[in-house]
Amino acid sequence: MKIYDARYILIGLAIFVALFTLPFWYNMGKAAPAPELKLDTPVIQQMAVKQCVLPKAEMRTGHMQMLNDWRTWVVRDGLRTYVAADGKTYNMSLQKECMNCHSNKTKFCDQCHTYAGLKVGSVPYCWTCHIAPKENQ
Amino acid sequence: MKTSRRSFLKTGGIAALGLYALPFAGEVLAESDLPKAIHNPNALRGEHWAMVVDMQKCWKQQEQKQCKECLVACHTVHNVPEIDSIKEEIKWIWTNNYENVFPGQTDDFNTQNLLGKPFIALCNHCTNPPCVRVCPTKATFKRAEDGIVMMDFHRCIGCRYCMAGCPYGARSFNFRDPQPYIKTELNMKFPTRERGVVEKCNFCAERLADGLLPACVEACKAGALSFGDLADPNSVVRKIVSSRFTMRRKPELGTQPNVYYIV
Repeated sequence: MKIYDARYILIGLAIFVALFTLPFWYNMGKAAPAPELKLDTPVIQQMAVKQCVLPKAEMRTGHMQMLNDWRTWVVRDGLRTYVAADGKTYNMSLQKECMNCHSNKTKFCDQCHTYAGLKVGSVPYCWTCHIAPKENQ
Repeated sequence: MKTSRRSFLKTGGIAALGLYALPFAGEVLAESDLPKAIHNPNALRGEHWAMVVDMQKCWKQQEQKQCKECLVACHTVHNVPEIDSIKEEIKWIWTNNYENVFPGQTDDFNTQNLLGKPFIALCNHCTNPPCVRVCPTKATFKRAEDGIVMMDFHRCIGCRYCMAGCPYGARSFNFRDPQPYIKTELNMKFPTRERGVVEKCNFCAERLADGLLPACVEACKAGALSFGDLADPNSVVRKIVSSRFTMRRKPELGTQPNVYYIV
Protein backbone atom coordinates (compact mmCIF):
# COMPACT_ATOMS: atom_id res chain seq x y z
CA MET A 1 0.00 0.00 0.00
CA LYS A 2 1.22 3.39 -0.84
CA ILE A 3 0.10 6.65 0.66
CA TYR A 4 0.41 9.67 -1.59
CA ASP A 5 2.16 12.58 0.12
CA ALA A 6 2.66 10.38 3.18
CA ARG A 7 5.17 12.78 4.65
CA TYR A 8 2.81 15.75 4.74
CA ILE A 9 -0.13 13.71 5.84
CA LEU A 10 1.71 12.04 8.71
CA ILE A 11 3.27 15.31 9.88
CA GLY A 12 -0.12 16.97 9.65
CA LEU A 13 -1.73 14.13 11.57
CA ALA A 14 0.92 14.30 14.28
CA ILE A 15 0.41 18.07 14.65
CA PHE A 16 -3.35 17.59 14.80
CA VAL A 17 -3.14 14.88 17.47
CA ALA A 18 -0.69 16.95 19.50
CA LEU A 19 -2.90 20.06 19.36
CA PHE A 20 -6.07 18.10 20.04
CA THR A 21 -4.65 16.45 23.14
CA LEU A 22 -2.91 19.60 24.34
CA PRO A 23 -5.37 20.23 27.20
CA PHE A 24 -4.69 16.77 28.55
CA TRP A 25 -0.92 17.25 28.45
CA TYR A 26 -1.27 20.72 29.88
CA ASN A 27 -3.23 19.55 32.89
CA MET A 28 -1.32 16.32 33.45
CA GLY A 29 -0.36 15.77 37.05
CA LYS A 30 -2.29 18.80 38.17
CA ALA A 31 -5.40 16.88 39.21
CA ALA A 32 -7.20 18.72 41.98
CA PRO A 33 -7.28 16.66 45.16
CA ALA A 34 -10.68 15.24 45.99
CA PRO A 35 -12.36 17.56 48.48
CA GLU A 36 -12.66 16.47 52.04
CA LEU A 37 -15.93 17.33 53.67
CA LYS A 38 -15.56 19.32 56.87
CA LEU A 39 -18.13 18.17 59.39
CA ASP A 40 -16.48 19.70 62.45
CA THR A 41 -18.87 22.58 63.04
CA PRO A 42 -19.60 23.42 66.70
CA VAL A 43 -23.17 22.14 66.46
CA ILE A 44 -22.16 18.83 64.94
CA GLN A 45 -19.38 18.36 67.48
CA GLN A 46 -21.85 18.66 70.30
CA MET A 47 -24.19 16.05 68.86
CA ALA A 48 -24.24 12.74 70.69
CA VAL A 49 -25.24 10.80 67.59
CA LYS A 50 -23.81 12.38 64.49
CA GLN A 51 -26.68 11.58 62.17
CA CYS A 52 -28.08 13.65 59.34
CA VAL A 53 -31.64 13.41 58.07
CA LEU A 54 -30.71 10.38 55.99
CA PRO A 55 -27.68 8.08 56.19
CA LYS A 56 -24.48 9.67 54.91
CA ALA A 57 -24.32 7.73 51.66
CA GLU A 58 -27.88 8.61 50.77
CA MET A 59 -27.32 12.26 51.60
CA ARG A 60 -24.20 12.33 49.46
CA THR A 61 -25.92 11.00 46.37
CA GLY A 62 -29.43 12.24 46.94
CA HIS A 63 -29.30 15.58 48.75
CA MET A 64 -30.33 17.45 45.62
CA GLN A 65 -33.48 15.39 45.17
CA MET A 66 -34.23 15.74 48.85
CA LEU A 67 -33.85 19.53 48.73
CA ASN A 68 -36.11 19.57 45.71
CA ASP A 69 -38.75 17.51 47.53
CA TRP A 70 -38.47 19.68 50.61
CA ARG A 71 -38.98 22.78 48.53
CA THR A 72 -42.12 21.35 46.96
CA TRP A 73 -43.54 20.19 50.27
CA VAL A 74 -42.86 23.46 52.06
CA VAL A 75 -43.64 26.04 49.42
CA ARG A 76 -46.40 24.35 47.49
CA ASP A 77 -47.98 21.94 49.95
CA GLY A 78 -47.44 23.94 53.14
CA LEU A 79 -45.97 20.93 54.94
CA ARG A 80 -42.93 22.02 56.90
CA THR A 81 -42.05 19.12 59.16
CA TYR A 82 -40.09 16.15 57.89
CA VAL A 83 -40.38 12.82 59.62
CA ALA A 84 -37.20 10.81 59.26
CA ALA A 85 -37.14 7.02 59.14
CA ASP A 86 -36.23 6.89 62.84
CA GLY A 87 -39.25 9.06 63.71
CA LYS A 88 -37.20 12.18 64.41
CA THR A 89 -38.72 15.37 63.03
CA TYR A 90 -36.92 18.12 61.19
CA ASN A 91 -37.93 21.59 60.07
CA MET A 92 -37.67 21.47 56.28
CA SER A 93 -35.69 24.65 55.85
CA LEU A 94 -32.29 25.28 54.34
CA GLN A 95 -31.60 28.32 56.50
CA LYS A 96 -33.28 27.13 59.68
CA GLU A 97 -32.30 23.47 59.64
CA CYS A 98 -29.57 22.38 57.21
CA MET A 99 -27.25 25.31 57.78
CA ASN A 100 -27.84 25.13 61.50
CA CYS A 101 -25.54 22.11 61.68
CA HIS A 102 -23.62 22.68 58.47
CA SER A 103 -22.75 26.25 59.31
CA ASN A 104 -19.60 26.01 57.21
CA LYS A 105 -21.05 26.63 53.76
CA THR A 106 -17.70 27.31 52.06
CA LYS A 107 -16.17 24.13 53.45
CA PHE A 108 -19.27 21.99 53.17
CA CYS A 109 -21.24 23.04 50.09
CA ASP A 110 -18.85 25.01 47.94
CA GLN A 111 -15.90 22.65 48.12
CA CYS A 112 -17.61 19.76 46.36
CA HIS A 113 -19.64 21.93 44.04
CA THR A 114 -16.51 23.67 42.86
CA TYR A 115 -14.68 20.37 42.50
CA ALA A 116 -17.54 18.99 40.44
CA GLY A 117 -17.25 21.98 38.15
CA LEU A 118 -20.41 23.74 39.28
CA LYS A 119 -19.87 27.46 39.16
CA VAL A 120 -19.95 29.02 42.61
CA GLY A 121 -22.97 31.21 43.06
CA SER A 122 -24.62 30.30 39.79
CA VAL A 123 -25.11 26.55 39.87
CA PRO A 124 -26.73 25.47 42.10
CA TYR A 125 -28.15 28.93 42.68
CA CYS A 126 -29.35 28.44 46.24
CA TRP A 127 -27.47 31.39 47.64
CA THR A 128 -28.73 34.10 45.33
CA CYS A 129 -31.77 34.24 47.63
CA HIS A 130 -31.10 32.07 50.66
CA ILE A 131 -28.79 33.68 53.16
CA ALA A 132 -25.61 31.75 53.80
CA PRO A 133 -24.54 31.48 57.43
CA LYS A 134 -21.90 33.92 58.56
CA GLU A 135 -18.64 32.08 58.95
CA ASN A 136 -15.83 33.22 61.16
CA GLN A 137 -12.74 33.09 59.08
CA MET B 1 -48.62 -28.68 29.25
CA LYS B 2 -52.00 -28.57 27.68
CA THR B 3 -54.56 -25.91 28.59
CA SER B 4 -58.12 -25.96 27.51
CA ARG B 5 -59.51 -22.80 25.99
CA ARG B 6 -61.95 -22.59 28.89
CA SER B 7 -59.33 -22.60 31.67
CA PHE B 8 -57.11 -20.20 29.71
CA LEU B 9 -59.92 -17.63 29.51
CA LYS B 10 -60.65 -18.13 33.20
CA THR B 11 -57.12 -17.42 34.37
CA GLY B 12 -56.81 -14.57 31.88
CA GLY B 13 -59.96 -12.95 33.25
CA ILE B 14 -58.82 -13.24 36.83
CA ALA B 15 -55.45 -11.78 35.94
CA ALA B 16 -57.12 -8.82 34.22
CA LEU B 17 -59.24 -8.22 37.34
CA GLY B 18 -56.04 -8.27 39.37
CA LEU B 19 -54.70 -5.34 37.33
CA TYR B 20 -57.60 -3.21 38.58
CA ALA B 21 -56.67 -3.99 42.17
CA LEU B 22 -53.08 -2.85 41.66
CA PRO B 23 -53.52 0.88 42.41
CA PHE B 24 -55.44 0.11 45.60
CA ALA B 25 -52.76 -2.31 46.71
CA GLY B 26 -50.20 0.45 46.20
CA GLU B 27 -52.16 2.80 48.43
CA VAL B 28 -52.44 0.25 51.19
CA LEU B 29 -48.70 -0.43 51.09
CA ALA B 30 -47.87 3.29 51.11
CA GLU B 31 -50.04 3.91 54.15
CA SER B 32 -47.99 1.56 56.27
CA ASP B 33 -44.98 3.81 55.67
CA LEU B 34 -44.28 6.77 57.94
CA PRO B 35 -45.52 10.00 56.44
CA LYS B 36 -42.52 11.92 55.23
CA ALA B 37 -43.84 15.45 55.32
CA ILE B 38 -46.44 16.71 57.78
CA HIS B 39 -47.76 20.03 59.05
CA ASN B 40 -45.90 21.65 61.90
CA PRO B 41 -47.67 20.41 65.03
CA ASN B 42 -47.96 23.92 66.52
CA ALA B 43 -48.97 25.62 63.27
CA LEU B 44 -51.96 27.93 63.13
CA ARG B 45 -54.38 26.27 60.75
CA GLY B 46 -57.31 27.88 59.05
CA GLU B 47 -59.51 27.37 56.04
CA HIS B 48 -59.90 30.97 54.97
CA TRP B 49 -57.42 33.47 56.37
CA ALA B 50 -58.52 37.08 56.36
CA MET B 51 -57.52 40.39 57.88
CA VAL B 52 -59.49 43.33 59.19
CA VAL B 53 -57.85 46.75 59.22
CA ASP B 54 -59.52 49.17 61.62
CA MET B 55 -58.39 52.53 60.27
CA GLN B 56 -60.06 54.45 63.11
CA LYS B 57 -57.75 52.79 65.62
CA CYS B 58 -54.79 53.33 63.35
CA TRP B 59 -55.50 57.05 62.94
CA LYS B 60 -56.03 57.47 66.66
CA GLN B 61 -52.56 56.02 67.19
CA GLN B 62 -51.17 58.28 64.49
CA GLU B 63 -52.51 61.34 66.33
CA GLN B 64 -50.30 60.50 69.30
CA LYS B 65 -47.18 59.83 67.30
CA GLN B 66 -46.21 58.82 63.81
CA CYS B 67 -46.43 55.05 63.79
CA LYS B 68 -44.98 52.73 61.17
CA GLU B 69 -44.61 49.66 63.33
CA CYS B 70 -46.50 47.29 61.05
CA LEU B 71 -44.61 48.36 57.93
CA VAL B 72 -41.23 48.12 59.65
CA ALA B 73 -42.04 44.77 61.26
CA CYS B 74 -43.12 43.20 57.97
CA HIS B 75 -40.20 44.51 55.97
CA THR B 76 -37.71 43.48 58.64
CA VAL B 77 -39.06 39.97 59.00
CA HIS B 78 -39.10 39.39 55.25
CA ASN B 79 -35.83 41.10 54.31
CA VAL B 80 -37.64 43.56 52.06
CA PRO B 81 -35.23 46.03 50.41
CA GLU B 82 -35.71 49.77 50.55
CA ILE B 83 -35.19 51.26 47.12
CA ASP B 84 -35.81 54.98 46.66
CA SER B 85 -37.63 54.93 43.35
CA ILE B 86 -41.33 54.65 42.74
CA LYS B 87 -40.73 52.37 39.78
CA GLU B 88 -38.35 50.01 41.51
CA GLU B 89 -39.58 50.10 45.10
CA ILE B 90 -40.46 46.80 46.77
CA LYS B 91 -43.46 46.81 49.05
CA TRP B 92 -45.28 44.12 50.94
CA ILE B 93 -47.34 46.48 53.08
CA TRP B 94 -47.59 50.21 52.53
CA THR B 95 -49.78 53.26 53.01
CA ASN B 96 -51.68 55.25 50.43
CA ASN B 97 -54.42 57.86 50.36
CA TYR B 98 -58.09 56.94 50.52
CA GLU B 99 -58.75 58.01 46.93
CA ASN B 100 -55.92 55.77 45.69
CA VAL B 101 -56.80 52.78 47.82
CA PHE B 102 -60.52 53.01 47.11
CA PRO B 103 -60.76 54.58 43.66
CA GLY B 104 -64.31 54.85 42.41
CA GLN B 105 -65.57 54.94 45.96
CA THR B 106 -65.18 58.68 46.39
CA ASP B 107 -68.48 60.53 46.60
CA ASP B 108 -68.88 64.26 46.29
CA PHE B 109 -69.81 64.81 49.90
CA ASN B 110 -69.95 61.78 52.17
CA THR B 111 -66.34 60.68 51.71
CA GLN B 112 -64.84 64.17 51.61
CA ASN B 113 -63.47 63.75 55.12
CA LEU B 114 -61.53 60.66 53.99
CA LEU B 115 -59.70 62.18 51.05
CA GLY B 116 -55.97 62.30 51.67
CA LYS B 117 -56.18 60.08 54.72
CA PRO B 118 -53.59 57.31 54.81
CA PHE B 119 -54.78 53.72 54.47
CA ILE B 120 -52.78 50.59 55.03
CA ALA B 121 -52.62 48.40 51.95
CA LEU B 122 -51.27 44.92 51.37
CA CYS B 123 -51.95 41.89 49.23
CA ASN B 124 -55.65 41.05 49.52
CA HIS B 125 -55.18 37.29 49.14
CA CYS B 126 -58.25 37.37 46.92
CA THR B 127 -60.65 34.49 46.83
CA ASN B 128 -60.58 34.87 43.06
CA PRO B 129 -57.02 36.08 42.42
CA PRO B 130 -56.30 37.42 38.92
CA CYS B 131 -52.53 37.14 39.48
CA VAL B 132 -52.87 33.38 39.85
CA ARG B 133 -54.93 33.13 36.68
CA VAL B 134 -52.34 34.87 34.55
CA CYS B 135 -49.17 33.29 35.94
CA PRO B 136 -47.79 31.10 33.15
CA THR B 137 -45.53 29.01 35.40
CA LYS B 138 -47.83 28.62 38.41
CA ALA B 139 -45.16 30.39 40.44
CA THR B 140 -47.98 32.18 42.17
CA PHE B 141 -50.81 30.01 43.34
CA LYS B 142 -53.64 29.94 45.82
CA ARG B 143 -53.13 27.49 48.62
CA ALA B 144 -56.16 25.23 48.65
CA GLU B 145 -55.96 24.52 52.36
CA ASP B 146 -56.13 28.10 53.69
CA GLY B 147 -56.52 30.48 50.76
CA ILE B 148 -53.17 32.23 51.00
CA VAL B 149 -51.95 33.48 47.63
CA MET B 150 -48.36 32.27 47.69
CA MET B 151 -45.28 32.96 45.63
CA ASP B 152 -42.86 30.22 44.69
CA PHE B 153 -39.81 32.34 43.93
CA HIS B 154 -38.04 29.30 42.53
CA ARG B 155 -40.49 29.15 39.68
CA CYS B 156 -40.97 32.85 38.94
CA ILE B 157 -39.56 33.78 35.55
CA GLY B 158 -40.13 37.49 36.02
CA CYS B 159 -42.65 38.00 33.22
CA ARG B 160 -44.66 40.39 35.43
CA TYR B 161 -48.04 39.25 34.09
CA CYS B 162 -49.17 39.03 37.70
CA MET B 163 -48.26 42.67 38.26
CA ALA B 164 -50.42 43.59 35.29
CA GLY B 165 -53.16 41.31 36.57
CA CYS B 166 -53.22 42.55 40.16
CA PRO B 167 -55.65 45.48 40.44
CA TYR B 168 -54.24 46.51 43.81
CA GLY B 169 -50.58 47.11 42.95
CA ALA B 170 -49.64 44.59 45.60
CA ARG B 171 -46.79 43.09 43.60
CA SER B 172 -43.28 44.41 43.16
CA PHE B 173 -40.61 43.37 40.71
CA ASN B 174 -36.94 43.12 41.57
CA PHE B 175 -35.37 45.16 38.80
CA ARG B 176 -31.99 44.76 40.47
CA ASP B 177 -30.33 42.57 43.06
CA PRO B 178 -32.23 43.54 46.21
CA GLN B 179 -29.65 42.33 48.71
CA PRO B 180 -27.51 45.52 48.93
CA TYR B 181 -30.70 47.52 49.55
CA ILE B 182 -31.84 45.65 52.63
CA LYS B 183 -31.39 48.39 55.20
CA THR B 184 -32.78 46.46 58.14
CA GLU B 185 -30.90 43.76 59.94
CA LEU B 186 -31.03 40.55 57.93
CA ASN B 187 -33.49 37.99 59.20
CA MET B 188 -31.42 34.82 58.89
CA LYS B 189 -34.55 32.68 59.08
CA PHE B 190 -36.13 34.00 55.89
CA PRO B 191 -34.63 34.13 52.41
CA THR B 192 -34.06 37.24 50.35
CA ARG B 193 -35.05 37.47 46.71
CA GLU B 194 -32.96 37.81 43.58
CA ARG B 195 -33.08 40.03 40.54
CA GLY B 196 -35.87 39.12 38.16
CA VAL B 197 -38.56 37.80 40.48
CA VAL B 198 -41.82 39.32 41.65
CA GLU B 199 -42.61 39.45 45.35
CA LYS B 200 -45.49 40.37 47.61
CA CYS B 201 -47.05 39.82 51.02
CA ASN B 202 -47.45 36.14 51.90
CA PHE B 203 -49.76 36.63 54.91
CA CYS B 204 -46.75 35.43 56.91
CA ALA B 205 -47.25 31.82 55.85
CA GLU B 206 -43.89 31.00 57.44
CA ARG B 207 -44.95 32.52 60.77
CA LEU B 208 -48.36 30.82 60.75
CA ALA B 209 -46.52 27.53 60.33
CA ASP B 210 -44.65 28.32 63.55
CA GLY B 211 -47.86 29.18 65.39
CA LEU B 212 -47.32 32.96 65.21
CA LEU B 213 -49.63 35.68 63.96
CA PRO B 214 -48.50 37.77 60.99
CA ALA B 215 -45.72 40.21 61.84
CA CYS B 216 -47.80 43.33 61.12
CA VAL B 217 -50.64 42.14 63.34
CA GLU B 218 -48.25 41.35 66.14
CA ALA B 219 -46.45 44.69 65.78
CA CYS B 220 -49.56 46.91 65.77
CA LYS B 221 -49.80 48.57 69.17
CA ALA B 222 -53.20 50.10 68.45
CA GLY B 223 -54.80 46.73 67.76
CA ALA B 224 -55.92 48.02 64.40
CA LEU B 225 -55.04 44.81 62.60
CA SER B 226 -56.93 41.59 63.25
CA PHE B 227 -56.18 38.29 61.62
CA GLY B 228 -58.10 35.06 61.68
CA ASP B 229 -60.05 32.36 59.93
CA LEU B 230 -63.21 33.60 58.24
CA ALA B 231 -64.52 30.05 58.06
CA ASP B 232 -64.52 29.83 61.85
CA PRO B 233 -67.64 31.55 63.31
CA ASN B 234 -65.78 32.28 66.56
CA SER B 235 -62.74 33.92 65.01
CA VAL B 236 -61.97 37.59 65.59
CA VAL B 237 -62.28 38.53 61.95
CA ARG B 238 -65.54 36.67 61.43
CA LYS B 239 -67.08 38.43 64.42
CA ILE B 240 -66.00 41.86 63.17
CA VAL B 241 -66.99 41.24 59.57
CA SER B 242 -70.42 39.92 60.51
CA SER B 243 -71.19 42.66 63.03
CA ARG B 244 -69.73 45.85 61.57
CA PHE B 245 -69.77 47.62 58.24
CA THR B 246 -66.54 46.90 56.41
CA MET B 247 -65.19 47.89 53.02
CA ARG B 248 -63.13 45.95 50.54
CA ARG B 249 -60.97 47.34 47.77
CA LYS B 250 -62.49 47.49 44.29
CA PRO B 251 -65.39 45.12 45.00
CA GLU B 252 -66.73 45.70 41.48
CA LEU B 253 -63.92 43.54 40.04
CA GLY B 254 -65.18 40.39 41.70
CA THR B 255 -61.79 39.37 43.05
CA GLN B 256 -63.29 38.95 46.55
CA PRO B 257 -60.46 40.46 48.62
CA ASN B 258 -59.83 39.02 52.06
CA VAL B 259 -58.59 42.24 53.62
CA TYR B 260 -61.48 44.20 55.12
CA TYR B 261 -61.40 47.83 56.19
CA ILE B 262 -63.30 49.57 58.96
CA VAL B 263 -63.44 53.26 58.15
